[in-house]
Amino acid sequence: MVETFKTDVAIVGAGGAGLRAAIAVASAHPTLGVALVSKVYPMRSHTVAAEGGAAAVTQSHDSLEAHFHDTVSGGDWLCEQDVVDFFVAQAREELVQMEHWGCPWSRKPDGHVNVRAFGGMKIERTWFAADKTGFHMLHTLFQTSIKYPSIKRFDEHFCVDLLVDEGRVQGVLAIDIASGGFTLIQAKAVIIATGGAGRVFRENTNGGIVTGDGMALAYRHGVPLRDMEFVQYHPTCMPGTGLLFTEACRGEGGFLLNKDGYRYLQDYGLGPAEPTPRNKAMELGPRDRLSQAFWHEKQKGRTVAGPHGAAVHLDLRHLGEKKLRERLPQIYELAVEYLGVDPARAPIPVLPAVHYTMGGITADGKTAAPLPGLYSVGECSSVGIHGANRLGSNSLTELLVFGKLAGNEAATYASTVAHGGSATLLALAEKARARAVAIAARHDGGERIATLRREMALSMEEGCGIYRSAETMQATCDKIAELKQRYKKVQVDDRSTAWNTEWLLAVELGYLLDVAQAMVHSALQRKESRGSHQRLDGFEQRDDVNHLKHSLAFFNGDDAPRIDYGEVKITHSPPGTRAYGAAGEQADADRKAKESSHA
Amino acid sequence: MPEPVTTAVKTIRIEVLRYRPEQEDAPVWQGYTVPFTDDMSVLQALQHIKDELDGSLSFRWSCRMAICGSCGMMIDGKPALSCQTFLRDLLPGPVRIEALANFPIERDLIVSVDGFVGKLESIKPYLIPKQPRTLAQGEYLQTPAQLEQIEQYSSCINCMLCYAACPQFGLDPGFTGPGVLALLHRYNADSRDGGRDQRMAVLNAEEGVWSCTAVGYCSEVCPKHVDPANAVNQNKVNSAKDYFLRFVSPRGGRP
Repeated sequence: MVETFKTDVAIVGAGGAGLRAAIAVASAHPTLGVALVSKVYPMRSHTVAAEGGAAAVTQSHDSLEAHFHDTVSGGDWLCEQDVVDFFVAQAREELVQMEHWGCPWSRKPDGHVNVRAFGGMKIERTWFAADKTGFHMLHTLFQTSIKYPSIKRFDEHFCVDLLVDEGRVQGVLAIDIASGGFTLIQAKAVIIATGGAGRVFRENTNGGIVTGDGMALAYRHGVPLRDMEFVQYHPTCMPGTGLLFTEACRGEGGFLLNKDGYRYLQDYGLGPAEPTPRNKAMELGPRDRLSQAFWHEKQKGRTVAGPHGAAVHLDLRHLGEKKLRERLPQIYELAVEYLGVDPARAPIPVLPAVHYTMGGITADGKTAAPLPGLYSVGECSSVGIHGANRLGSNSLTELLVFGKLAGNEAATYASTVAHGGSATLLALAEKARARAVAIAARHDGGERIATLRREMALSMEEGCGIYRSAETMQATCDKIAELKQRYKKVQVDDRSTAWNTEWLLAVELGYLLDVAQAMVHSALQRKESRGSHQRLDGFEQRDDVNHLKHSLAFFNGDDAPRIDYGEVKITHSPPGTRAYGAAGEQADADRKAKESSHA
Repeated sequence: MPEPVTTAVKTIRIEVLRYRPEQEDAPVWQGYTVPFTDDMSVLQALQHIKDELDGSLSFRWSCRMAICGSCGMMIDGKPALSCQTFLRDLLPGPVRIEALANFPIERDLIVSVDGFVGKLESIKPYLIPKQPRTLAQGEYLQTPAQLEQIEQYSSCINCMLCYAACPQFGLDPGFTGPGVLALLHRYNADSRDGGRDQRMAVLNAEEGVWSCTAVGYCSEVCPKHVDPANAVNQNKVNSAKDYFLRFVSPRGGRP
């Protein structure tokens, strides 16, 4: 039995991006219905865990051009430059909009919003709400969304398929988790805003819900996943759990030390080491470079041995307890409660962990997928602003800028098309329901969900870690192929229909495996090093002649995905030297001199 | 200075109150033996049970870092976030885990959240600007001191531990309750907000602040130091002022 709910725009995922999109539809197009579908209550979405802040050009000595350049060079020139232009231009207005909706941004004494320094950003432009920026943004958006009666929420509804008929997306099928019943949400346009896929890896900063659902759903319907080989390791995470210590720790002046108490980043082209933070240098370098430096320190035996392996020290002691309590209260509590470390008195052991998927569902600059009626926004989407390495504090702003755009684009499209035939859709929904129910019915397959998930995560860490080589990537390709076969025998012990979370874990595992496969095959075929994709096997350099291209992974059933390539939009920043620290300042000066001599 | 934690493996007994409406008429206790290290949370123990011992045990969780608000439950009789509660503090066990008190159980450790969310939706939990402002005019000014008036009350993660701690909510599920009243106060106390009159109806109603009997356990269990009891009691003063001022002021008490 499938129930039907008819609406204009369906949004899957109710984190920052999905909520912003819903508000955009509801405020600009109040006659359109919106179904906001989420497997958790909106305020549980993983946006909640973002800590550091949201970027927008704010200070008078800053410029859109500077934010553009930081983003494009930070992304190692794999960004869509016209999309980055749009992004940096819209950023500030969206953050002001959040302020008007009540977001408790941290303030300067004069009452204006304060900004802090962030990695890879030349000028301080990161708006923040202490170190709980994502939490405050998410709750502000959720609470604001309550104003709009046209938003019909389907909380704790788990999406199992997109319904595609007549060459366009016409709705989604979701399980009401509490009852186990199915609802067909028929819509003229669907926006996917389901977040990233960090749970593909073992040690990661992500919540348990971050399982690549929307990416896998679009992928299975023929939409290519773009640039999936680019996975961000955040350099400062908690050993064992991978929980995040925000980059703002370093924005506020924190140091990274090796076992000798030495600020080792100066050995990796990020120096000189100075006692106070210098933007785009040392601890305020970009995440890919910092995580890579950790790897090298570990090779050199200069890391600290801990119960969960090698670590380095994040030293915040010199900031003092008062500043830490004010600017980094959550970090303070996490260190004390989870690690038994008082950061005002001892350094925090940290290591890199998987944090963010730069790639995602292929989207044009206006969030549209190649499949008519489908849009994507947020971490699940590859709209083109992050390239090969995202800068911290660009993604929270992305949720807003592109959430609004996706809402408006989907609403405009929904206004131009009619609902398709309900009978056909219901038949498609029945088939999708049968596939989902078949997973729940596998009581004697013999493969434990947790075993497959663990093997996948370990293999991804081996093959798609901070440094990669063909041999380990190939081994991971083989492992994922094996796991996809074993997945057919995955066993679900739980026989209830109400709150059968084991069933949902099994479905999620299917999503994770497909996304993992797209990642590792895209990685294997990128024979160069760029941003977060670094190879050790003869492809150590960036290769703009052959690889200044987006990878496109096409789903291929049981077989390996087909990897194709798409052009990168270069408007006014040709690929240049990506340098930080003193070398970066020299490179900037050279670039400016060149530009002015051409002018 | 806190003691750094170690990771030597021991075992501990975990007892969980199970309830599967399709299989049991009433909740039953079920025990599991779980290997643990000093840095393991109760959530990690539950995950171990689900992954390795019994896939049918159901509970909500996500962020693992005490910010998403999903994993509230009764741990040894006290409302707590399972991700923020460590086995090392519950020795020697057994640790007894139940669904959050005062809420209908949907299954195992999962309670119904709908009532709470309905209350949250009822209080206009969004900024109703005192003075309209266009985006081109930029942000409202708010000094750090003004921000401090709301910062604590805006930190509620909606985990509902305070409801499990509230004897009044236990007696009367219609009571608006500590978390939502704290949120209401968060908007009323915001220097940018002018919506207080619209929210007073909820505050003054029988199920509003006057239902609170000032036990204060809500603030004690709050994992984010929101101090809902303080918010509720400040609003008793506001509600009382509102009541008396309506006799002397034609505008219903706004000076």
